Amino acid sequence: VCIHRVRSCSSIRFIKSKYVCVFDKSALKFSHQQRLFRTSAVSCGQIVQFKLSDIGEGITEVTVKEWYIKEGDTVSQFDSICEVQSDKASVTITSRYDGIIRKLHYSIDDIAFVGKPLVDIEIDASKGVASEEDVVETPPMSHEEHTHQEIKGHKTLATPAVRRLAMENNIKLSEVVGTGKDNRILKEDILNYLAKQTGAILPPSPKAEIAPPQRKAEAVLAAPKDKACKIPVPVSRPIAFAGKDKTEPVTGFQKAMVKTMSAALKIPHFGYSDEIDLTQLVQLREELKPLAEIRGVKLSFMPFFIKAASLGLLQYPILNASLDENCQNVTYKASHNIGVAMDTEQGLIVPNVKNVQVCSVFDIAVELNRLQSLGSAGQLGTSDLTGGTFTLSNIGTIGGTYAKPVILPPEVAIGALGKIQVLPRFNSKGEVFKAQIMNVSWSADHRIIDGATMARFSNLWKSYLENPASMLLDLK
Amino acid sequence: MVLQSLKNCLWLSCVLRTPKACFWSTASGDLIIQSVSNDVYQNLAVEDWIHDHMDLEKQQVLFLWRNSPAVVIGRHQNPWQECNLRLLRQKNIKLARRRSGGGTVYHDLGNINLTFFTTRKKYERMENLKLVVKALKALRPQLDVHVTDRYDILLDRQYKISGTAAKLGRTSAYHHCTLLCNADKFLLSSVLKSPFKGLKSNATPSVPALVKNLFEEDPSLTSEMLLDAIAKEYAVQHQIDHHITLINPADETLLPGISDKTKELQTWEWVYGKTPKFSVSTCLNMVYKDSILDVKVNMDVKHGRIEVCNIDLPEQWLPPGLYSELVKSLTGSKFCPNETTALVTTLLRVCPQDNELHTRWSLLCENIIRLM
Repeated sequence: VCIHRVRSCSSIRFIKSKYVCVFDKSALKFSHQQRLFRTSAVSCGQIVQFKLSDIGEGITEVTVKEWYIKEGDTVSQFDSICEVQSDKASVTITSRYDGIIRKLHYSIDDIAFVGKPLVDIEIDASKGVASEEDVVETPPMSHEEHTHQEIKGHKTLATPAVRRLAMENNIKLSEVVGTGKDNRILKEDILNYLAKQTGAILPPSPKAEIAPPQRKAEAVLAAPKDKACKIPVPVSRPIAFAGKDKTEPVTGFQKAMVKTMSAALKIPHFGYSDEIDLTQLVQLREELKPLAEIRGVKLSFMPFFIKAASLGLLQYPILNASLDENCQNVTYKASHNIGVAMDTEQGLIVPNVKNVQVCSVFDIAVELNRLQSLGSAGQLGTSDLTGGTFTLSNIGTIGGTYAKPVILPPEVAIGALGKIQVLPRFNSKGEVFKAQIMNVSWSADHRIIDGATMARFSNLWKSYLENPASMLLDLK
Repeated sequence: MVLQSLKNCLWLSCVLRTPKACFWSTASGDLIIQSVSNDVYQNLAVEDWIHDHMDLEKQQVLFLWRNSPAVVIGRHQNPWQECNLRLLRQKNIKLARRRSGGGTVYHDLGNINLTFFTTRKKYERMENLKLVVKALKALRPQLDVHVTDRYDILLDRQYKISGTAAKLGRTSAYHHCTLLCNADKFLLSSVLKSPFKGLKSNATPSVPALVKNLFEEDPSLTSEMLLDAIAKEYAVQHQIDHHITLINPADETLLPGISDKTKELQTWEWVYGKTPKFSVSTCLNMVYKDSILDVKVNMDVKHGRIEVCNIDLPEQWLPPGLYSELVKSLTGSKFCPNETTALVTTLLRVCPQDNELHTRWSLLCENIIRLM
């Protein structure tokens, strides 16, 4: 059985709302009848035509450029309604009322006239603004931050936020003692008034469409009435979280990534990880950095990693291959176009350095610089982003040691490089020394790559980096 | 002659410039402030901040600012229609959308910006511009400058040296204008010319005008001198000291919330996404294997995103599955070359590995990207 609460209709006040009641079949005493009550936000609020106010400078018409609200939206006083333009001036029109937008009188790019209705707003009857004076407001009125509420002949001063708080808690402002300037009612006054009501079950807010769903639960306070309990239990005020989930469509680049990554995970991945001692390479880079700077190039570790990978691919070309859709043919790519994963605003972008097999470490550094500056400016071209055959991801610059990278189709292998850490290690004499250690995690397509191949490639790559001089022997 | 220049030197040294933190509450009377930053987004954010937070009933404000090279479009304009985006990107010129109406302008350090903040009641553009003209005439009496009824300032009755725009809110308003002292006119005219063809839109169009720098009329003039002259005139008319307070738009304690405003002005959603709905209707002339393919492209762009996308390709030029994948992916995507490049190259990964196919795909996509 459900309870109807209908406020009596008088000449001043209006019917507020109706409640949902759906009769459960089993609870019905009546045999065949089922009565369903509709919930509706049909409150008999007054529809007010909010007219476009004077813009100044003798302007009579403006163009509507953007609506910030749509029909059915709830607005509060001072919320932005729309943006209009007149002769190089852009004007933000704000609402005079709290209420619900019922009609927009213009579409975008229409000419709107000063003094004519802009929107129809259904205002909240309990405000007592039923007696409407001429709505074309003159600027001085709009400066009033504190609206007057005439109740029983008293003028009660309160800001709109305070009025809303009172209304949501069904408090009559005339019953609250104002402690602010000029007996103004402050938020603290409302909260104090509420605190006095502790233990009373506050009725659920009649404005079902404005109150967030939590309100109903919040209204039932937990104060126990047990007289035997001597210890006063603090009233638990549930923390109201006003955040809302936000749903956005997956578009553009993200959509493409969804497709690619779904295809990628169809590849049977296996992983292989190892630790590389970069002590010698760190030293070498320190020596070569100034030389590169003289030539106007920033030298990082990546050019070494990339070149070593290419040397390794010469020995194990299957890692630079591509498997066709039906897994019928393997294509061994001649060019080593090594991709470098880059983190940009949009997400993961993988430009590649073309033909590393014929590039020197310096050439690679130059090309990397170019790709990095284009990447951060958001100006990479299609040729920079296509044609990759093998990828290295230097996730260590952000952090992490071991990773499980996902192969980027149509490639068959990928390496993720962790960060370089200084760790203690034993040398050949059994002494502890400071080593520059980096971890690498490879993933490869198990349909055509086996563990042994990956391990051998990794060992070769590792040996080039642990002993950079050995790279000289095999450089082409 | 000597007396005149001495007098100038004297009042120049009188125009104090001091950075002052927390001066909002202590200052009384109207204020003249100047930004220490040349970043267009930071400076526009200061305007927003003053508009939203200051009680202009108590004091009016004159804000002086200059920007490093930037193109600033009006609130309801279309950047594709108003400027050469490719040139902007090449030259690293920033693109900003302001909150006031009006047309597109080019800013560099040779251009000064003046913003007059008042209550909405006291919003009066003509008065402000007359103040500027009076200041210019006081500085160089021989200058032939006057205000038109379109709120432009013209030099020698034909060259535009200042453009105006305004923003009105509930209680406050601002009127800002530019003033060309020594800007790069050549760059100005090339960036403000859009190569875009086939664009249909209801966005506010700019009205092109012949411009001239005040420097060309009188090489002894500098931006500094103009700023000082205008500040002086404002001080006289508002009966305050000619004291210019420097403010740092990055100072969060002085301007709480300013960094959020700055960030918002730089988002793609604001700069490009606020473009009123427009449509693109053009024909790509693609050179492919000794022949020219005419490919008609029609797109509707709303909130900067492609709502509807039609590409008229010869049948079977691309496998139908791939073609529909392209159209599907472009729909809802940003009308942005960077986004589209990332999108099409990523999609290519799941296409059959066929050189011919890849060449066609790249050719088509590059042409589409060039439109953006």
